[in-house]
Amino acid sequence: MIRDTWRIVRLGLKSLMLHKLRSSLTTAGILFGVASVIAMLAVGEGAKREALEQFRSMGVSNIIARSKKPPETQQSSTQSSFSALAYGLLYHEADLVQSALPDAKVVRIREIKRPMMRGEHFQASIVVATEPEFLGVANMSVFEGRWLTDTDEMVLANVCVLGAKLAQSLFPLEEVLGKTVLVGSDDRYEVVGVLRDQGRSAGAAGVTYDECMFVPMSTARRRIGEEIMTSTGGSFSRERVELNEIKVKLPDSDEVPMAANILRDLLLEAHKDQDDVAITVPLELLQKEEESKRMFNIVLAVIASISLLVGGIGIMNVMLATVTERTREIGIRRALGAKKKHIIQQFLVEAGVLSALGGVVGVGIGIALPHLITAWFGQKTITLPQHVLLAFGISAAVGVAFGIYPAWRAANMDPVEALRHE
Amino acid sequence: MAVDPASAASLTRDTEVIAEFVDVHRHYRMGDNIVRALNGVSMQVRRGDYLAIMGRSGSGKSTMLNLLGCLDRPTSGEYRVGGRDISRLDDDALSDVRGREIGFIFQSFNLIPQLTVLENLEVPLFYQGGVGPESRKKAEYLADRVGLGQRLEHKPLELSGGQQQRVAIARALMNDPLFLLADEATGNLDSNTEQEILALFDDLQKDGVTIVIVTHNPAVALRAERTLWLKDGQVERLDDNRSEAGRAAAEAAARSHGGAQ
Ligand SMILES: Nc1ncnc2c1ncn2[C@@H]1O[C@H](COP(=O)(O)OP(=O)(O)O)[C@@H](O)[C@H]1O
Ligand SMILES: [Mg+2]
Repeated sequence: MIRDTWRIVRLGLKSLMLHKLRSSLTTAGILFGVASVIAMLAVGEGAKREALEQFRSMGVSNIIARSKKPPETQQSSTQSSFSALAYGLLYHEADLVQSALPDAKVVRIREIKRPMMRGEHFQASIVVATEPEFLGVANMSVFEGRWLTDTDEMVLANVCVLGAKLAQSLFPLEEVLGKTVLVGSDDRYEVVGVLRDQGRSAGAAGVTYDECMFVPMSTARRRIGEEIMTSTGGSFSRERVELNEIKVKLPDSDEVPMAANILRDLLLEAHKDQDDVAITVPLELLQKEEESKRMFNIVLAVIASISLLVGGIGIMNVMLATVTERTREIGIRRALGAKKKHIIQQFLVEAGVLSALGGVVGVGIGIALPHLITAWFGQKTITLPQHVLLAFGISAAVGVAFGIYPAWRAANMDPVEALRHE
Repeated sequence: MAVDPASAASLTRDTEVIAEFVDVHRHYRMGDNIVRALNGVSMQVRRGDYLAIMGRSGSGKSTMLNLLGCLDRPTSGEYRVGGRDISRLDDDALSDVRGREIGFIFQSFNLIPQLTVLENLEVPLFYQGGVGPESRKKAEYLADRVGLGQRLEHKPLELSGGQQQRVAIARALMNDPLFLLADEATGNLDSNTEQEILALFDDLQKDGVTIVIVTHNPAVALRAERTLWLKDGQVERLDDNRSEAGRAAAEAAARSHGGAQ
């Protein structure tokens, strides 16, 4: 059985070698189809992972409410030249959220842009004023030293915890713990801890948490306050923001949809007029991303099917030509005792070998291509073994499927007519 | 001595009948007309026979060859191969009969060009599921037997016409068929090579191989023991070429039929 199959495959190869150029060109059709399917799936998978990773780092059981600057039109109506522009989440709104969602962990976050100095090392970054619960809610961990405590909060301690990257840039050589960092022009904070490098994109105001400094909320309220002066284009403007963000962590991601509704009712309703709060639900984004990924996959599948269809038509074309050219051979084989099934088998195997050859080379190129894409375009790619198998399986199936009709034609020739064929 | 077809059996040797037509008709429908290519043919081939089938163009030779080779089925009548009526068998069963019982030899050799000589020889065995170490031995034996020598790994187109026909003859013998069925086997060969191939047929027949040849060449037909003349789809006469009288009659008939095809 295996010997016979091998024999048929070997003889199939011999027959394909009769027309090397034609066979290679046909094979190329399948090759590009398979290679592009694998490469497209790898790019799609890489992009999906990247997006999912980003949303997951925000926490799938989290809901994030952020303050945002109201649109210009509303600013002018509410802001006099003397008073500060006040907008965003209010300190006490976190308490409202907490009482509406008693099982959730609610964390207040205030973000202030500040220059930071240690010796001659300088870094403009963000001071994140927050509460002890933050660490767990943001799913971060301590690398050395300790995190902010309730005591720090209570005594308005002048302590800070540094993100890994910030620690690296302020203390490239020194021991970090116990040292002080100068924030702004006159605030000094003692470093009590350094966080583990998260390598994630989620963070505050376009900066990752790895680059931030964390201080107790109470300390920041006392020392920095809520009003911030900024100068833009020569004119000063003052902003009054109590909180930049309220992070809510639910005990389970199942509770996210309902909690999201409650938060929207509670916060968006109150900030409707000023339109200065936005709510982000990572789970929803995740689901949306998965949805759009599904669409993307369908589009990929259609493109892939079309390219393989074109390859398949090429195979059918070549096999029909082969069958016509080898009519005499078919007659001879029939005269020598071949049944219809033998003829079908022979030409199906030839078509299968043709496309499988394309499949094998296509798999090779399809595995190599994503590496080049990553190298040239920096696009993350992931080649899954099941995608490779799928692409190869489809290519072999295409060969057989498009080989059926030519093989059937060959088998159903009248042996007498076939033998008479010139 | 020309004989009446009905008494044809009296001419044949007293051996087993291996192929037999019993009132075989083969009609083709051509629009509204029916062409009676074979119109009631009865004949027998016995083990060890060497039979030539001759006749004018359109007399029904090719039709008869196709039926004898089980490539086609009679419209009516019986065709018995090895005692079994095969005229109603289906395509698969007919293929088996071809593969097992009949050794085809064609005018244009009909070797498969992309296969080596050995692989060509193995084709009939392959469809009977019999390709293995023994098939190579058998191929070597038969290649030797037909005077081909050591050319098993050559491709057909590297061989001369005579050598190709020897390969075809060896291939026809691979399955130990009941009879060889040759269709104008020397038609593509020069006269020297033709004589070599006919000598090989004589040789094989001496060893007990049954041979049926279809030809339009009287000289070739005369090498057979008997000549069956077809005319208008019927057996016109059956000559015994081994008897003086039969031979004379056959030669006369051959002359009168001249360039019959
Ligand atoms: N496939 C066919 N369809 C219709 N008529 C045919 C076919 N084959 C043969 N014939 C007719 O049958 C008759 C016998 O033909 P054939 O057996 O080829 O004779 P021969 O081989 O002796 O020349 C001829 O009249 C021919 O035209
Ligand atoms: Mg003819």
